[in-house]
Amino acid sequence: MKKTNNTTSGFMAQLPKNIFSGFVVSLIALPLGLGLALASEAPPISGIIAAVVGGIIVSIFGGSNVTITGPGNGLVVVLLGAITTLANGDLYQGYIFTLAAIICSGALMIIIGQLKLGILSDFFPSSAIQGMLAAIGISIFAKQFHVMLANTSIKGDTISLLTDIPSSVLLLFEPENKTIAIAAIVGVLSFLIMLFYGKIRNKYFQLVPAPMWIVLIAIGLSYYYEVFSSDPYPIDTELLVQIPNDIFSKFPSPDFSLLLDPKFISVVIAITLISSIESLLSIKAVDKLDPLKRRSNINKDLTALGIASIVSGFLGGLNVVTVIARSSVNVNNSGSNRSSNFFHSFFLILFVVLFQDQLRRIPLTALAAILVYTGYKLAAPRNLKDIAKIGKEQVFIFFATIIATITTNLITGILIGILATIIIHFILNKSVILFARNLFKPNVLMFKEGINGTYFVSVKNFSSFLNYSRLKRKLDTIPENQDTVIDFSLCDFVDYTVQDSLLGYQETFKRKGGSFEITGLDIHGTSSEHPLAVRSLISFSKKAKIKNGTSNLTKRQQDLQHIANDFSWGYDPQKTNDVIGVSDFVFFKTKKINYLNNSIYDPQSVFKIFDIEFSEGEFIARTSVRATMLIIRLKKEIPKFTLDKEGLLEFLYKFSGFRDIDIQGHPDFSKRFFLLGENPEKIQSFFTDELVLFLESNPYYHIECKSDSLLIMSKTRLASSKEIKSLINYSTHLEKVISGIQYDEIVLKSPKIKS
Amino acid sequence: MSEVNIHKFNTILIGVAFSPNLKNNIFEAMRMVDFFDSNLVIVHVGTKTKEKEDRIKELISGFSDDDEKVVVIWKRGNPVSVIIDIAKEKNADLVMLGAIPREGLLKFYIGSIARKITRNAHCSVLLLIKPSEDLRPCNHIVVNGLKDEKTKQTILDSFEISQNLGAQKLTIVEEISQQEVKVIVEDDQSLLKDTLIKEQLAQKEDLRVQHILKDVPDDLKTGIVINTQSIFGKRGYSIGHYAKVVAADLLIMNAPKPSTFFDRIFLHDLEHILSELPTDVLIMR
Repeated sequence: MKKTNNTTSGFMAQLPKNIFSGFVVSLIALPLGLGLALASEAPPISGIIAAVVGGIIVSIFGGSNVTITGPGNGLVVVLLGAITTLANGDLYQGYIFTLAAIICSGALMIIIGQLKLGILSDFFPSSAIQGMLAAIGISIFAKQFHVMLANTSIKGDTISLLTDIPSSVLLLFEPENKTIAIAAIVGVLSFLIMLFYGKIRNKYFQLVPAPMWIVLIAIGLSYYYEVFSSDPYPIDTELLVQIPNDIFSKFPSPDFSLLLDPKFISVVIAITLISSIESLLSIKAVDKLDPLKRRSNINKDLTALGIASIVSGFLGGLNVVTVIARSSVNVNNSGSNRSSNFFHSFFLILFVVLFQDQLRRIPLTALAAILVYTGYKLAAPRNLKDIAKIGKEQVFIFFATIIATITTNLITGILIGILATIIIHFILNKSVILFARNLFKPNVLMFKEGINGTYFVSVKNFSSFLNYSRLKRKLDTIPENQDTVIDFSLCDFVDYTVQDSLLGYQETFKRKGGSFEITGLDIHGTSSEHPLAVRSLISFSKKAKIKNGTSNLTKRQQDLQHIANDFSWGYDPQKTNDVIGVSDFVFFKTKKINYLNNSIYDPQSVFKIFDIEFSEGEFIARTSVRATMLIIRLKKEIPKFTLDKEGLLEFLYKFSGFRDIDIQGHPDFSKRFFLLGENPEKIQSFFTDELVLFLESNPYYHIECKSDSLLIMSKTRLASSKEIKSLINYSTHLEKVISGIQYDEIVLKSPKIKS
Repeated sequence: MSEVNIHKFNTILIGVAFSPNLKNNIFEAMRMVDFFDSNLVIVHVGTKTKEKEDRIKELISGFSDDDEKVVVIWKRGNPVSVIIDIAKEKNADLVMLGAIPREGLLKFYIGSIARKITRNAHCSVLLLIKPSEDLRPCNHIVVNGLKDEKTKQTILDSFEISQNLGAQKLTIVEEISQQEVKVIVEDDQSLLKDTLIKEQLAQKEDLRVQHILKDVPDDLKTGIVINTQSIFGKRGYSIGHYAKVVAADLLIMNAPKPSTFFDRIFLHDLEHILSELPTDVLIMR
């Protein structure tokens, strides 16, 4: 009971903040809602209805915390296509058919949410999704650019619209189009406001979001003409927003007569697909902004969005999705719970009721300008540049998706994107079998290591968008404040989609106080120098790996570099076969060292940490093991010994003439550790109280000493950067303790030992 | 509870072909005979020639002078049924089979003949991923700790085997399938629930294994470090993955119940292991 009271009072305390941020968001949602509806050729008010219904229903039933819902950018293209084609050009009839499609897709979303299938959205390759979003951006841009220039009558596909842009510009300079030109100037000015809003650093100016400035200026202009100027308002009523007088009394009724028509069905599927993808991408992105670091329940959210879409459809509104831009504004204005979404709806209703007359004064060109900017942002050439850095093949997938989407439709586009990705993966690996054989195998192993509770995840065979959901399901069950190591050394191929998502996990874990380390990728070959480049064990690009050994570092290698920098030590990622000083430890007696890499060393070369791969058995590696070890070179000779907790290698060491040794006066130590050595007396005198105390009070490491150097390791797997730091810390202390032991003197003074 | 009845491998059977692997296979078998102090039956499915006979004699002679310990049987027919029949006839307790490494790949697959024998043999089967001429030390053994009536026997046997092979570490793996958790992690609450349930399940499973361990005679436990590890994943498959991750030298598993038609379609525990051998695998019957 107490808890509920707490949360209720907490909720009340948060309320003013949320009302404020809801208000700010509604300032953006108003012009965007009108604009998105207009861009879809739907009545402008339908966008507002979607935002109002979405805000109310999702804030009650949803599973996320700081998201804002309403009409989405991605849907514009699908809805526009549906409205203009479902009734063969009759826009109103097309609109009520589309409302039926929106309701059906809402039902589908509820099913997806209830069956907890939200995870399926991870089945799409990153580059294909980015290509699809860019294609949507291009489509919006192409159409709205004309509207911004007051040419509302233009029709055609995206490519012809793009090529027609110059003629629309030229049209404005014809003398008979003078009134249109003024509307176009308002449009272009609005676009410039959008473009430069972020650059103007004035706190009063920034109080009102850019889209609202545009609306305010446009309305102000119309009042100027009405009150101060003798001239009539120069913008034609056709170029102004049309809002019916009876919005709250007369709702259009959706027409379900096309229910079994293939065209209708494909619209339903497209709406569902795009709204799920857009919503889930937004939720994922917004979760990373949440100041309270909560995890959204995507399935619950999808259900809520489905309900909202159904209600919105029956009221004549567009469908409801989670939107990233408005949500981030919400977070920036310190929205902290779902009530801000609710208040954004509330203020929207208020605006429509109180300022109906003012809204009718907004020129379409101004709204189009907002959309042109949105389209430009979606298709931003910067995205392409980022993708190109990751690899040429990603560019190919990206363009294949864009071209397919623009020339056909969204569903075909995304399917071609998926197909292109699969084929590219086949080509990169020169193998279809790798994928065919392992696609349905449960390739992810996760367990909690007993010793310190680190979660260890190992991925086998291949890891790409095709089987990513399996990995994701496992990763989602790890509390983000824990330490996690994910290892790819058994994995032949890792694609960009997976690495991109893992990066997201890394951020989340870092935010919530855990750690998420990716190991085992540094032995893979890559297709470019980008850290997220596709990685494969198959030799498709050994060249890149060898040539650019230093420039193309994985995330782990970068971390190692940072560790080295922190200690002002050196770091060398290169593989080396130079195993002098390493291979003569007894530990390696039955093992063959394949190579060392990722070495970190101090300037005096006392300490050296490295990753090592070794194998047992003579022929092709029977079992290759990769581990992280540290070597300390000592300034003086000390007795040979090995210290071990498990007695695992007892057999090996005894074989080399080592014997069990008990340290007198420390029964606890003798019980906990297996100490073996050749010369018990020397070792007993070497293990001073200080050294024993140090070993007892620190975490356990396996130590082997070969008189002039020490080999220290913790586990037979690669260590995470956190583990490496503690390994360094342990070793530097151990070195101090050992160099403090006056071993030579002890030997000389002690009369017992004379050999 | 205390009827501790430990399997002994009294008779080991190995099927050989005159391939380049012959020497390694026979050497491996002879070593097992040494470790377990048992008899060996060498079966060759094919015709007996003087040349072949001499070759086998020469290979055996390096190991034991005691000719009675080794019997060579020559018989023509279908390799699968011949080996299974002879194993029954000679009352063998262990059949040894070698896997074929795929050229260039570090993965080991088992041929169709060996698969059929594994499924249908009446006794335990040892699958070697890479028979070799030299002795490879067997340090770490992984054994399944499934909730199954055979598990106790398998764990007891593993201790006996560990002692014979001189292994120093034995890890008992409790595989818990995700279905048992019954929670789909969607948000912070379900995550908490999931973590809690998993912890309880792991504790419960661990308790069960500890109970079995109590019944293992102390002399079998000496010199062996015993670990338990709970893993959540697909049964049969994840234990193989685990064995590979920890670089175990031998994986010991219960034999599955007789396979039905459905098992062939939806891969069975054992079929997962057979389709991709992680290390040497011993299937106990």
